Amino acid sequence: MKTTSPKSTPSATSLPKCPTGIQGLDEITGGGVPRGRPTLVCGGAGCGKTLLAAEFLVRGAVQFGEPGVFMAFEETEKELKANVASLGFDLAGLVRRKKLMLDYVHIERSEIQESGEYDLEGLFVRLNHAIDSIGAKRVVLDSLEALFASLPNEAILRAELRRLFRWLKEKGVTAVITAERGREQLTRHGLEEYVSDCVILLDHRVVDQIATRNLRVVKYRGTLHGTNEFPFLIGDDGISVLPITSLGLNHKISGERIATGIPRLDAMLGGRGFFRGSSILLTGTPGTGKTIVAANFAQAACRRGERTLFFSFEESPNQIVRNMHSIGLRLEPLVKRGLLRFHAARPSLYGLEMHLATMFKEIAEFQPHVVIIDPVTSLMDAGTSSECRGMITRLVDYLKAGQVTTLFTSLTQSGHALQQSEAAMSSLMDSWLLLQDVEGNGERNRVLYVLKARGMAHSNQIREFLISDHGIDLVDAYIGASGVLTGSARVAQGALEKAVVLANQQEAATLKREVERKRAALEQKISGLRSDYETEAAELRRIAEQVGTRTFVLGTERTASGILRQADIKVAASTQSKPKPGRKI
Amino acid sequence: MKTNKTSRATQALEKSLTVRPTGKYVLRLFVAGATARSRQAVLRVRQLCEAELKGRCKLEVIDICQQPKLARDNQIVATPTLIKEFPRPVRRFIGNLGNITGLFAELDLMTKGEIAV
Repeated sequence: MKTTSPKSTPSATSLPKCPTGIQGLDEITGGGVPRGRPTLVCGGAGCGKTLLAAEFLVRGAVQFGEPGVFMAFEETEKELKANVASLGFDLAGLVRRKKLMLDYVHIERSEIQESGEYDLEGLFVRLNHAIDSIGAKRVVLDSLEALFASLPNEAILRAELRRLFRWLKEKGVTAVITAERGREQLTRHGLEEYVSDCVILLDHRVVDQIATRNLRVVKYRGTLHGTNEFPFLIGDDGISVLPITSLGLNHKISGERIATGIPRLDAMLGGRGFFRGSSILLTGTPGTGKTIVAANFAQAACRRGERTLFFSFEESPNQIVRNMHSIGLRLEPLVKRGLLRFHAARPSLYGLEMHLATMFKEIAEFQPHVVIIDPVTSLMDAGTSSECRGMITRLVDYLKAGQVTTLFTSLTQSGHALQQSEAAMSSLMDSWLLLQDVEGNGERNRVLYVLKARGMAHSNQIREFLISDHGIDLVDAYIGASGVLTGSARVAQGALEKAVVLANQQEAATLKREVERKRAALEQKISGLRSDYETEAAELRRIAEQVGTRTFVLGTERTASGILRQADIKVAASTQSKPKPGRKI
Repeated sequence: MKTNKTSRATQALEKSLTVRPTGKYVLRLFVAGATARSRQAVLRVRQLCEAELKGRCKLEVIDICQQPKLARDNQIVATPTLIKEFPRPVRRFIGNLGNITGLFAELDLMTKGEIAV
């Protein structure tokens, strides 16, 4: 969380400004409070007026080389030093080095008795002396209204205050004057009447039992300024106003891809996992394994030697380590090696901005490559939905600017995967994975799919998500007429398909046998017919032979009888040769 | 025994109240520059010291414009301021002392402030 050094705009046309150095405030005011003029900071009790004023001085002294005078009307020097020391401001050191002058103005009402006309020259002299002794450029009067309680004559007081502000302007110091918020006007005693150049209103309000601090620039003469209410927080390093609008969309972008720790999921994401520096939303109903996916991602990052910061808003670190152990993920050694750090806090511990501040601080400290927020929906309970969106926007922007890959898990209720808030949040996310329960067949099964993944080809398939002793497995789910089949239904479907194949095989075998048999029968029939034919042919031959023999015999007999009768021997001889071709048949 | 003790304490208190404080009055007047108001205040106090507290009054007049550090050390906001350091309790009178009846009462003076300027 580096304070961006705001550019003061010294151009002749615009009002000269004095950077406050307070994170975000200079962005809203376009460079700071008006230089050489008084600025009024008003607000109710406990909204951080004194702190803002103190930070204005400290930053001025440390960052901009402008010494300052703090005139306190309510807190003693000692109290003030102690109070702001908790924000890391070393007032005592600054006072020693003559960068800062503290003056506690105390008026004991009971000691005072008015006896005639007076003025506040004493105050002027003190202030003048303090300014001159260190060459102060900045002055804080906190809070001037205490004078109204301690000095009896209001008419004199008002005249003197008017003179004081004029004097401050003449002196050329940039002053911050704090004042208590009034009922119908900005300040209780109408100080805004005198300080008209810049008025900043602080507000600490409780909505739904959640306290939020807001800052608004009510008026800033002669300059443009953000007019909205901006949430601000008081963290360990002072005030930071978090204007959403001040963050531009100009992050550096990386083309590097990082593995998710689940090979099959990488495959679904174009084979190489997420982009580095992208923000990933993992939505799921209770018990769908969001934390497990997150832990896998963390482990994969740590194995690559990248630091991972795990914000847990539901489970304690030890519990996560134990639970992940049960699925074969050993996170403990990673924690010991300093690659994995857990930060666990209940969402209700403090308000949203405080969460954001702590997260920023942790991130700045640990410099992680991967951040996991589990679950981001818990934070939603800590603020109204618009605040949450603002906060998440800021968080996403901050992380993206640092090229940190972030995995947000998000819990959805009532089995409905897409809720309004998520749809709003999802626009900030680059990738969106959905884990869902599929009910049916008397069981609940988990499925995972990629809803969106900006800038990469990704699978449109639903995968069944199995958690076993040795981690996560993604399995193809069957998609049938009745929807997605998972769990035992998927197994049953598998068995069914196997049975069908087997039956087909058997049927084919039967058919083959049948054909075989038919062929055998056919052959048998053919051979039968052939033997029939052969028998008949043989018969024919035999008959033909018989016929031949008989003819020959007949001829011979005729010749013989002719010989016997001694008649027509020659005729007989010629006819004898005629039946010869008939024998050949 | 208990009643004895309380009655003795009460007596002591009553006695101390009747006795006038001994020792000198210590008065310090803070003014800012040579203004009309400053002059009025200085004159009034000087007059008072001479008329009523002659010899048992120590008056110090301080110009905070010349010694601004003293303004801070003494928590001066309004000017002129007259601080009665002694006798206790400490009292601060702010203003040009145009109205000094209160001052007289505080200083435990019998005269009712009939000093002419």
